[in-house]
Amino acid sequence: MGSNLTPPQLRRGGLNGGDNPGLSQPPWWRNRLLIPWLVQALVGFVLLLLVAFLLGNLVRNLTAAGLLLSWRWLGQPAGFDIAESVLPFQAEMPYWRGLLAGLGNTLRAVSCGLIGATVVGTLAGMANFSSNGLLRRLVRVYVELVRNIPLLLQLVFWYFVVFLSLPNGLAALQGPGVVLAKSGLYLAGFHNGLHWVGPQLVNDVWQAPLRLSVEFCALLVGLVVYSGAYIAEVVRGGIASVPAGQWEAASSLGLGWLASIRHVVIPQALPVIVPGLNTQYISLAKNSSLAVAVGYADLYAVAETTLNQTGRAVEVIILLLGTYLVLDLLISALMNALNQFVRIKER
Amino acid sequence: MGNSLTGDLPPGFLQRSKDWLRRELFASRVDGLLSLVLIGLILAALFGLLRWALLQANWAVIQLNSTLLCIGRYPIEHQWRLWLLTFLLAATAGASWGLLRSCRRADRPGLLWPRNDRIAAAVLLAVCLITPPALGLSLAVAGRWLAIAGLLLAMRWLLGRLGRRLGADAIKWFALVWPVTYLLGMVLIGGGFGLTPVASAEWGGLMLTLLQASFAILLCFPLGVMLALGRRSNYPLLRWGSVIYIEFIRGAPLITLLFLGQNILGFLLPGGLAPERVWRAAWVLTIFAAAYLAEAVRSGLAAIPNGQMEAARSLGLSTAQGLQHVVLPQALRVALPVMVGQFISLLQDTTLLSLIGLMELLGTARTVMANPDFLGHYGEVYLTLALLFWCCCAALGLGSRALERRLDPHHLPNL
Repeated sequence: MGSNLTPPQLRRGGLNGGDNPGLSQPPWWRNRLLIPWLVQALVGFVLLLLVAFLLGNLVRNLTAAGLLLSWRWLGQPAGFDIAESVLPFQAEMPYWRGLLAGLGNTLRAVSCGLIGATVVGTLAGMANFSSNGLLRRLVRVYVELVRNIPLLLQLVFWYFVVFLSLPNGLAALQGPGVVLAKSGLYLAGFHNGLHWVGPQLVNDVWQAPLRLSVEFCALLVGLVVYSGAYIAEVVRGGIASVPAGQWEAASSLGLGWLASIRHVVIPQALPVIVPGLNTQYISLAKNSSLAVAVGYADLYAVAETTLNQTGRAVEVIILLLGTYLVLDLLISALMNALNQFVRIKER
Repeated sequence: MGNSLTGDLPPGFLQRSKDWLRRELFASRVDGLLSLVLIGLILAALFGLLRWALLQANWAVIQLNSTLLCIGRYPIEHQWRLWLLTFLLAATAGASWGLLRSCRRADRPGLLWPRNDRIAAAVLLAVCLITPPALGLSLAVAGRWLAIAGLLLAMRWLLGRLGRRLGADAIKWFALVWPVTYLLGMVLIGGGFGLTPVASAEWGGLMLTLLQASFAILLCFPLGVMLALGRRSNYPLLRWGSVIYIEFIRGAPLITLLFLGQNILGFLLPGGLAPERVWRAAWVLTIFAAAYLAEAVRSGLAAIPNGQMEAARSLGLSTAQGLQHVVLPQALRVALPVMVGQFISLLQDTTLLSLIGLMELLGTARTVMANPDFLGHYGEVYLTLALLFWCCCAALGLGSRALERRLDPHHLPNL
């Protein structure tokens, strides 16, 4: 960088006026060099004051309440139970194990939700381009219906209206290897090694190798239906961004609908779809925190109980926000890697 | 028409519907099979829904609790204030509608009641005629709703007439009536200035939902624009401050932020200064929505080429003037669909307030269903709420699309 790149106003005069007597000096408050520093100093000062004010109050109020930041309570026994959890948990275990079990439940709901919503969204998005007019209109109705009704309302609807009105016992909905009852979803699986066992009715209670609670099912169905509609729009936008000429070229080469969408359209649509999917996946992860409304013990639900028992508001909130931030960043990183992978490679 | 030229008879209705059916539903054998299956499924679903709604559902739970769902536990002796507010809002809305329609436009010469307006008026009247008897409201209340609709349409007619004479300046000045009405509404709801105060803990139902949503939408707008400008600023401190704020808020689920507002705001402010629960939630919603709105505005700003600002600067406008008169109007127009989308999700997000114990629409509905008399009537209540939300959100979306068309520079004459 040479001195010939110095901007004119610097040459004309620095902070204290300048030495060229031929030009009239601007007043100091219009000095182009000074203004940025002045504005930033002012904003920084106000921000600093605000933060100092809030933190000062926080420390003072927490001291008064005897709740100064400490993490020792994490080791105390929790005393509450978690109805279902991926990680083993009992009431006498410490709080941190409870929060970890909640995180495990959140991760289970999010990962299942991501897969389900992607499948539903992709199918619904592709159905927008079907040759069947009824299917196209049905998908529009689905998307418009789901996007204009709050997710929380949909979740409580699935839980209280659909899943809790299921019959129990013999009247339960039964399919090959699957039973859906008010007490849960029972799936066939391997029992004790290599025996393939389906759901069985023992003393009017269903037994199966794999049982999913109705709370989990309601949350999963709600999240999948809701995010599926948004992902359908992302997929539709991606496919619509591929010029019609590509479809025509594919069909003039003799490719059928499925072959042209698989080999010609999808590879070109994916670079448009993946960034949109990223946003939807992150909002699905955040939306999973509404599990508390259907009684599924996810991270937020456990944290809420923990706060109510210990009163440790600041620590619990820090843990919650930090965990969700890490989860978001993780999804973002994965999707960015995928983005690199699906990018159209040009020679 | 090609048909009349060749002398063919125009295809009859039967032929046209046959063609349509063949093209849309039975283009191929697979399509035909799929159509039949779908038609069967749709008919079964509709039949099931109708049978449930007409035979099994007990709609008394909605009829008996309609007031509760609308305004929560607002004291009965002060309900007249809410009626007055509704009348005021109807008058203001009707007047704005009339004024907007009255300005002469090259593409719509002289028509006072375009087709869309006639449809809207008919829908409004139909809703006001059908809903009160369906809800089993008394004649006096039904009459009031009819009067409200009548007032709205009368103001629409009057201002549509007068607007021609008042000119374009009237619209500009009339925009100020809305904030005044809003403040007046807050006074009417909350009391003060000689009216008996009604504590915010007693507000509820649809009223609280709309109040929270409108409050957050109004306040998040300036905040969001400032954050978007800050994020594109050349000053590192402003840029990084905005980035940290936006990404922090967008990284957290709303429910955790609401939780933070309820549990930590009291610690952050000196004793006694912390607002009441309703207002804490309103501020958290505002802060939350501002981060998302900032991203919408930023996308709009990114769509405006740098040349616009440079042109404004070379005309002698300051940066602030260039932003105000050149860049922001264009950027906001580009960002409008996304912004309305954010407002719609904000309206939906107010349901989360029920999780922190506020009595908004969903919270009130939960108390209704906890009442032993109405135990187990989840379907009726939730379907009603869904219908309500769907109508509100779809109306917002429709309005946004209409506004988008209006603001499209290619549709505006002489601009």
